[in-house]
Amino acid sequence: MDFFSSLLKPFGKREGIMEEFAPDKTLDARGLSCPMPSVKTALALEGMVPGQVLLVLTDDPVSQKELPLWAEATGNKLLALDREEKTIRIFLRKG
Amino acid sequence: MATGLQGAQAEPKKSVTIVLFSGDLDKAIAAFVIATAAASMCMKVNIFFTFWGLNAIKKKSGLIKGQNWMQKMLNIVNYGHARKLALSKLNMMGMGPAMLKTMMSKKRVPSLDEFIKTASALGVGFYACEMSMTVMGLRKEDFIDECRDVIGAVSYISIARDSNVNLFI
Repeated sequence: MDFFSSLLKPFGKREGIMEEFAPDKTLDARGLSCPMPSVKTALALEGMVPGQVLLVLTDDPVSQKELPLWAEATGNKLLALDREEKTIRIFLRKG
Repeated sequence: MATGLQGAQAEPKKSVTIVLFSGDLDKAIAAFVIATAAASMCMKVNIFFTFWGLNAIKKKSGLIKGQNWMQKMLNIVNYGHARKLALSKLNMMGMGPAMLKTMMSKKRVPSLDEFIKTASALGVGFYACEMSMTVMGLRKEDFIDECRDVIGAVSYISIARDSNVNLFI
């Protein structure tokens, strides 16, 4: 599966994801639409130390595709992505 | 002066330069969506406001501006600031923008005012065009404090030629 189609595949809920990645900070970007989730993520990561993990909560479906691209462009690492009903959880490690 | 977000990458920052020529609300919002998105990606963003686009960064004050009667008349007819811009289509004497603003706030899309504040906090540079300001009889004081400088076409080109993305809106 190539990179782009892997982004489009539906994500389900992953058990034990919170314990696995233990986020240092949580950003609730639910209800916001493009481009605010990535703007808020950028601002949230700005105050963090490299290596720390940020959890982004969003319900904007396009963010599921955008935030991984955003992370790639900014040198941050996408750790995991899961979805529970409408809420998409994105784990990012600051690079 | 804010320099924008610091990315993790070592290579020189990529940059975006936008010319906002239009004074329409919809086009200004499009410019700011692109500007804030690029700034969030640690890119250097500069917006060059020219001609009708100057309305987006005007202060909410003074109906009569300019030195002669033609400039005064133009500024009365062309009155506008970030909260008072028309739509390029379906303006319907101001009903269109009012409805669009309601629809946008329901979907929690920032207003143009909030976009300007966000962009400025992210280090986006705002520049006003010197020539159109002189023609319209406007001064630096007529613009919001976020407007960094008044520049000419040569300064714009010197920024734009090194940019990776150049847009004229």
